[in-house]
Amino acid sequence: MPEATVILNAPAIERALTRIAHEIAERNEASAEVVLVGIQRGGVPLAERLASLLAGIWGHPVPCGQLDVAMHRDDLDQRAAPVIHPTTIPFDVSGKTVVLVDDVLFNGRTIRAALDSLNDFGRPQRVQLAVLIDRGHRELPVKADFVGKNQPTSLAEKVHVRFGEPGRTDEVVLERP
Amino acid sequence: MSWHRPHLLDIESLSAEEILTVLDTAKAFKAVGERAIKKVPALRGRTVVNLFIEPSTRTRTSFELSEQRLSADIINFTAEASSLKKGETLKDTARNLEALNVDFIVIRHSAAGAAHFLSRVLNTHVINAGDGAHEHPTQALLDAFTIRERKGKIEGLNVTILGDILFSRVARSNIWALTKLGAKVTLCGPSTLVPRTFEQMGCRVTHDVDAALRDADIIHLLRIQHERQRKTMFPSIGEYTTLFGLNKTRLAKAKPDALIMHPGPVNRGVEIDNEIADSARSLILEQVTNGIAVRMAVLFLVNGGKGPQEIAAG
Repeated sequence: MPEATVILNAPAIERALTRIAHEIAERNEASAEVVLVGIQRGGVPLAERLASLLAGIWGHPVPCGQLDVAMHRDDLDQRAAPVIHPTTIPFDVSGKTVVLVDDVLFNGRTIRAALDSLNDFGRPQRVQLAVLIDRGHRELPVKADFVGKNQPTSLAEKVHVRFGEPGRTDEVVLERP
Repeated sequence: MSWHRPHLLDIESLSAEEILTVLDTAKAFKAVGERAIKKVPALRGRTVVNLFIEPSTRTRTSFELSEQRLSADIINFTAEASSLKKGETLKDTARNLEALNVDFIVIRHSAAGAAHFLSRVLNTHVINAGDGAHEHPTQALLDAFTIRERKGKIEGLNVTILGDILFSRVARSNIWALTKLGAKVTLCGPSTLVPRTFEQMGCRVTHDVDAALRDADIIHLLRIQHERQRKTMFPSIGEYTTLFGLNKTRLAKAKPDALIMHPGPVNRGVEIDNEIADSARSLILEQVTNGIAVRMAVLFLVNGGKGPQEIAAG
């Protein structure tokens, strides 16, 4: 039986996101230039929540898109073809500060694919990365700008982020085999 | 939603879920085609051979563009330019291509079963781009995609396929796909080209064109395949047009929201009236656009390896 521990409960997730929103606002004075892009699937609801928190801080709406990176992955021949979720970026990213949002930062390959994919939509002025959990084990030189919680893990462990799923409590669970 | 096949050989062996996986994946690839940059690196470094032993322009061009948009490297073979003309067997031609370390073979051949044969003798991914009068799976998938996009569903729709059914691989693949997805399929045409045996595939067969069109949500027209008809199957083209051609009078008796499809090439003035082919109810050009997305999806899916589908978070 795998053993599961809640490492962030709903209020702790909300506090972490509020802090990240303030850090994004602190880092980016030109608020009109900031757009958020959530990475499918886990990053999408988090990006939407951050966009609404930032809109509260800045007093204007913050554009928010969603990006699926499956077509840009580097492991497509090693696994069954992934399910592709919608990519919707209803604004021009050229010249903007794009804050990529994902739930868990692990080996860094999803972020590499996301950077590659984002380039097809234009040339952002800069790209920053916000993640709820950084679990370590990087295989590429990727570092997050904004982190909800640093959680050291073993490779055998799994991190599950549940956020914004209808009828379920928000929480982050660490599962040990 | 998942796909674990290394080839796409026919529709007959696919489940409804697998067909829907292709259609859902194609939706994402259609969006790629609408961007300023229409290319993704999913097949970067992979080599695709388009082995077209039977003449084809639109299917080959469609596959070629799909492969380019997935960043694959491409070799094109046509019957005229290959050693098949010099007496080489299909197996030897394919083995030689395999020796070049190609990853995919897209094959069009006049013999039914050619794609299945290659999938047995080679270690590459094989995609059937039409084999004799047997199947043309990517055409059926793009037709199903087009219907679902325009009608929002396939289940419960009445689809009438009108024309040369007997010699048509498009008809066979479409019958499999549409019946698996829950559509009611009616076949219509001259009795020599639409034999009652098709009822065994779960279709209604009628030789009365007005009855076939009355309840149709989709009217799927097929070209008369002169090249496959070894003896005359009906008295004349003129008679075919008079009895089965889609014209304004006939269309007026169909449902007002019935849409018209045709896999091309269109014989204007034979199976379809000029005006109807260009009308807002015609999906002919949408089928061409969707063909790219569907073929990209098929190449992407068969490229998948043996590992699990789930990606580790991060």
